[in-house]
Amino acid sequence: MTDTPVMQATDLQRHYEVSGGFLRKPRVLKAVAGVDFQVTPGKTLAVVGESGCGKSTLARMVAMIEEPTEGTLTLNGKPVHPADWADLRQSVQIVFQDPYGSLNPRQRIGAILMEPLVINGGLTRPERETKAREMLKLVGLRPEHFDRYPHMFSGGQRQRIAIARALMLDPKVLVLDEPVSALDLSIQSAILNLLLGLQERLQLAYLFISHDLSVVRHVADEVIVMYLGRAVEKGPKDALFAAPQHPYTVALLSATPQADPTGVKKRIKLKGELPSPLAVPDGCAFAPRCWKVQDRCRRERPLLGDAPHAAACFFPENQG
Amino acid sequence: MDDALSAEAEIVPDRPGALREFWFYFRENRGAVIGLWIFAVFALLAVFGPWIAPHSATQQFRADALVPPVWQDGGSWKYILGTDPLGRDMLSRLIVGARFSFFVGIVVVVVAATGGILVGLVAGFAPKWLDSIIMRIMDIILAFPSLLLALVLVAILGPSLTNAMIAIAIVLQPHYVRLTRASVLSERQKDYVTSARVAGAGYFRLMFITVLPNCLAPIIVQGALSFSTAILDAAALGFLGMGAQPPTPEWGTMLAEAREFILRAWWVVTFPGLAILVTVLAINLMGDGLRDALDPKLKRS
Repeated sequence: MTDTPVMQATDLQRHYEVSGGFLRKPRVLKAVAGVDFQVTPGKTLAVVGESGCGKSTLARMVAMIEEPTEGTLTLNGKPVHPADWADLRQSVQIVFQDPYGSLNPRQRIGAILMEPLVINGGLTRPERETKAREMLKLVGLRPEHFDRYPHMFSGGQRQRIAIARALMLDPKVLVLDEPVSALDLSIQSAILNLLLGLQERLQLAYLFISHDLSVVRHVADEVIVMYLGRAVEKGPKDALFAAPQHPYTVALLSATPQADPTGVKKRIKLKGELPSPLAVPDGCAFAPRCWKVQDRCRRERPLLGDAPHAAACFFPENQG
Repeated sequence: MDDALSAEAEIVPDRPGALREFWFYFRENRGAVIGLWIFAVFALLAVFGPWIAPHSATQQFRADALVPPVWQDGGSWKYILGTDPLGRDMLSRLIVGARFSFFVGIVVVVVAATGGILVGLVAGFAPKWLDSIIMRIMDIILAFPSLLLALVLVAILGPSLTNAMIAIAIVLQPHYVRLTRASVLSERQKDYVTSARVAGAGYFRLMFITVLPNCLAPIIVQGALSFSTAILDAAALGFLGMGAQPPTPEWGTMLAEAREFILRAWWVVTFPGLAILVTVLAINLMGDGLRDALDPKLKRS
């Protein structure tokens, strides 16, 4: 297997114009304000962060649902332009959070699975059906489910169907936008294990969006922590979980429940609210809530270095 | 893979077929069932009218003008509901007239719904400026009293049943446009539409295959309800002399023709009026039941 990234993003940004009201100038909301990453076949890149930090917008840009305002996205070394979306779509597919909204209630499972093939052509009807049935088996559903409607399935099964549909076009990259957060805990692990098994078998590159650190710890190879549209820390999973550098990551990790009753738990409580994404502080975005804040943090924006494990902070924790 | 999870499906009981489930909820509403039966009789009359009717609808029995109904003095079993001023049998005319009303209802609903759904889909998917233009035009049409607008349109096109149907269809269309657009806008937000887009579906496919089937329930109900509106409007236009022209036995036209005899022969106006009333009421009741049966929010699990 190769380590060449299948997808690479440089300074990816997405801005929205928010009208301030009648006769007022629209303001710009930077949902994603510059994120760099790359995903490699067979590896999982996890993006974590709290609500509103731009994770889902990032996922939608990667899945070519929304056009990046700035920055470039390359797929297999070729830059992605909206004009080529139609051709490149097959390589990037997405699984959504809510399994109840992501399947068309009026279509049978077979039709849902075969639809991507019908749209993109190239196969005869029997071939499509064979492929759809194989995929059904691959995600752990039974052949008789082929002719049923989505409302006959539980959430976990629906998510399996959504995954199967995403895989029908043999994508290189699978964007998973909180794929398990709507599911029961017991079903979560089954779906995660299914995803890991599929990744190994099909050498898929995953972009895994989540707010759940225990899930991320289970599936990720690389992790990016986002705060207010920017990556504040990135690194290999083990390094990041063992020695988080950015104070925000430290706080985030301290909030994860632990299954060890004897373990010492130091819960860091963040003060203050998440600043409005319309008025991000000039310096470090985290400065107003940081317990180590100094004058420099409020004036200058710290940058994320190029090191494998780097944090956008002037005074990182766990250095050395 | 893990059989334990696949076994979940066994717990979910097989739901009854869509049609049976629909009937189950429809049956709850007694008025709707009565409406359905009346509608069925109405449809039967519309199809087989000329064969059921005892006399020809246009044959004039000159000797028997203004014969009262059978239960009144002077009535005869030959003309059960009496005759009109020209000696035509009322019952036959009413039975044959059902055909015209039914025809008006079907044509108007089909034309208005097809046009309305198409325009509504376009408005729902179009960029904001086009959407605004379409919806403002629809608002303008809605701002006119509907019968007045239909009257103006018929006056321009010339009075005939066909033109009346066209006019009524145009007047009813904005309701479909609004309904379709509203459903499209809410369905469009859902993830299954996005995932169809990610799979590469074009606008045409998104509109007609992905989104439209999920928007149909309210449109079907609106169709049933505007069926009665169309009949009523056609009758009103006929009454004003702008719809079907004599000697067509259309109910509204019959009313208009008999207006001057209203005091002398009550049956010439009462029976066509009753026919309109009963039909419209039956269809409205049926439409109500349809709405309840198709609305997922009112369903018990």
